[in-house]
Amino acid sequence: MTTSSPALELRRVNKWFGAVHANKDISLSVGRGTIHGIIGENGAGKSTLMSIVYGFYQADDGEILVNGEPCQIDNPQASIAAGIGMVHQHFMLVDTFTVLENIILGVEGSARLSGGLDHARKELARLEKEYSLEVDVDAVVGDLPVGLRQRVEILKALYRGAEILILDEPTGVLTPQEADHLFRILNTLRDQGKTVILITHKLREIMAITDNVSVMRRGEMVANVATKETDREQLAELMVGRSVLLRVEKDDANPTDTIMSMRHVGYVDRDGVARLKDISLDIKAGEILGIAGVSGNGQSELMEILGGTRHPSEGQIIYKGEDITNSPKFNARDLRKIGLGHVPEDRHRSGLVLSFSAYENTILGYHDSLDYNKGTTLDRNAMLEACQKHIEKFDVRPTDPTLKASGFSGGNQQKLVLAREMEQDPDILLVGQPTRGVDIGAIEFIHQQLIKMRDAGKAILVVSVEIDEVMSIADRIAVMFDGTIVGELDVKDATETKLGLMMAGVKEGAED
Amino acid sequence: MSDNPVKFGSPAKVPAWVNLALVPLVNLLAAFLLSGVVILIIGDNPLQAMEVLLYGAFGYEEAIGYTLYYTTNFIFTGLAVAIAFHCGLFNIGAEGQAMIGGLGVGLVALYFDALPFVLVVPIAIVAAALFGGFWAAIPAYLQAKRGSHIVITTIMFNFIAASIMTYLLVEVLIAPGGQSPESREFAEHTWLLFFHDFLPLPESPLNISFLFAILLCGAFYYFVWQTRWGYEIRVTGQNETAAKYAGISPAKSIILAMVISGALAGFVGVNEILGVHHRLILEFTGGFGFVGIAVALMGRNHPIGIFLAALLFGALYQGGSELAFEMQNINREMVIVIQGLIILFSGALEHMFRPTIENFFKKRASSPTVEA
Repeated sequence: MTTSSPALELRRVNKWFGAVHANKDISLSVGRGTIHGIIGENGAGKSTLMSIVYGFYQADDGEILVNGEPCQIDNPQASIAAGIGMVHQHFMLVDTFTVLENIILGVEGSARLSGGLDHARKELARLEKEYSLEVDVDAVVGDLPVGLRQRVEILKALYRGAEILILDEPTGVLTPQEADHLFRILNTLRDQGKTVILITHKLREIMAITDNVSVMRRGEMVANVATKETDREQLAELMVGRSVLLRVEKDDANPTDTIMSMRHVGYVDRDGVARLKDISLDIKAGEILGIAGVSGNGQSELMEILGGTRHPSEGQIIYKGEDITNSPKFNARDLRKIGLGHVPEDRHRSGLVLSFSAYENTILGYHDSLDYNKGTTLDRNAMLEACQKHIEKFDVRPTDPTLKASGFSGGNQQKLVLAREMEQDPDILLVGQPTRGVDIGAIEFIHQQLIKMRDAGKAILVVSVEIDEVMSIADRIAVMFDGTIVGELDVKDATETKLGLMMAGVKEGAED
Repeated sequence: MSDNPVKFGSPAKVPAWVNLALVPLVNLLAAFLLSGVVILIIGDNPLQAMEVLLYGAFGYEEAIGYTLYYTTNFIFTGLAVAIAFHCGLFNIGAEGQAMIGGLGVGLVALYFDALPFVLVVPIAIVAAALFGGFWAAIPAYLQAKRGSHIVITTIMFNFIAASIMTYLLVEVLIAPGGQSPESREFAEHTWLLFFHDFLPLPESPLNISFLFAILLCGAFYYFVWQTRWGYEIRVTGQNETAAKYAGISPAKSIILAMVISGALAGFVGVNEILGVHHRLILEFTGGFGFVGIAVALMGRNHPIGIFLAALLFGALYQGGSELAFEMQNINREMVIVIQGLIILFSGALEHMFRPTIENFFKKRASSPTVEA
């Protein structure tokens, strides 16, 4: 092993899935003791590439070198043995186990647990000190906040002797402050000589923390540059292959009538936990109200109540001036009939039936509308026609209405859902995570559509965990934390720091 | 938000006939091969056994009559299990629902026999549907509103149904002066027409319920894929969260699907009680409800597939009894082993060969997935 050789080197790696060339001739060199960013749109092949490095897939062609030596990585065990650790986007932790138990999972050492546990406890104390990664090792993982769970994942990798740490979209679930904390940890790791590979689609993170950045597009590595020699605009252009507007151009809003309001709404779930507490909101025509916040702070429940699939435990819902809280109209089906469109937060879980074709998904929620029925029979031609129209208008690809929803990419699935809800011409549109998992090019389009709808005098509520997104499209921002609205502010007064503090539960103005 | 590598593999095109015909055929072949080995071990000739089986099922007119009569039952129970599957429910209770459906038929035939044929038969059919549907509605309600698992409740309801039937036939409905647990014979004008009544065919239990079963296959297709109620059931079965989001009440879909399921199973009573036995007896359901699960699985929950699978099982039932009769070492139990193997391969091990076969065709498919 020579100190000059890179920690990880890939030479002309190729991977096919059937006829799909997911990784084309990828070469990559990651220097030891650096933070290396890999950025690209969905489907660009980032995760495939990292799965090859981590041994989930085997490359069809090409070489992997660790510390300058060729390395055969056939499975994750081989990868761990080579000193590569991975922190997955979705944590691989057993919620009911303690931190310590989770960390020794798979490396227990002997049949009797106690030996391994004692050893791990000592070793972890050392690691925690060395990298300032404080975690209570006896805490049950399920009780820890996400930021700490991620730390457990990092510790797990270090405990297994990782010299190269791969993090897949690590900040998706963190507040800006938590993300900053993570970055500090990553910096410490780098200073101690570890190598970090950061997979992300967030340009901000790349600029903030990486030393070098590689850009992938459609299975190819299109650029390898030092971070300080590039900028966000250039990276975005490299990712998409054309220049992109990072900010949405829009005029000031002209809010008029209040279409829907919540008055002191509370919601207590089946376990008796208060998910929403005393929420009051007005959603006005001609305005986009953005709800910011880290996911899991009540946004989902808020959306479900407004969408009519959940009934509040207390408070009133007022729709076009009428208190509908106890009205039979207050359900998803009837709300749609009186002008409410709803793009759910999780299109896979609720917005689409993935095993259905696109045209069958076109009528989800509107399946008893006269537009799609002839007597008792569903009008297949009308369904196909509507779907075809949506596909054309929203530039969905591929353009086949009979293709199963699961066959479309994330951005195109989202466009199908948006088209379905927008084309019903609702008076109010609820949109959850409008661009989650959507490519930059499609994000631009979706944002423009929402602004267009606002300018047509519709009321729009957008819930997003992406602080950039809320700041760029909303006219008014309400921040949620722990089931409450921490504060509401005009977009003109909003800064990232201010919103970040509010997302962490600090009341507006408290920081001054 | 990372690209999900799984999606590269999933939408690749596999020709439809592979899933609909080739995979079931390979499963069936494997089952027959293994059966052949078993027959070889007990000292008989598998090829000869196959020949006897086929001849016994299709070799002469009377055999065909019997085969189609069994097929009728399997169509009813196969469709019953399939509609529940479309709603994401595993209805193990078709057997019990068939019993109770038969009870409905029997009660009508016993107590409304003053009415003419054209009235009593439709009423009996409606009674079969109502009784069977009711018997499925209770587990459905418990599942929809209380979360009791439908598999457990429907199994239990099979036992309850059997006990009720025994009690009624021993204590209440038993023919006056009768020694065995069965009702009196129905008035002759309530009997369904046998095929040999109006066609120049040898005597067999095949009756007009077979035509009714075929009619139901068509109705099933229309309902599941062409109406909004079928749509609601399918959405609920595929994705309950999406159903709620779309304003579809999963509870209503579950109850509707199960009531239809129970009604379809209940029609076994029409074939058996009104068509063949002409009296209410015990155990007329003969395991058809359970085999219906295999029929639905094998038939891909589609009426055409169900018809073909029902025909296969009908042939096995009929050819199997011929086999037990004709061949020295093969007895009734052996025939059940063969049927069991077919259920095992086409039902429980349904996914054993599928990935290999699909991969073979995916590799050949040249059209790449379109990524936007």
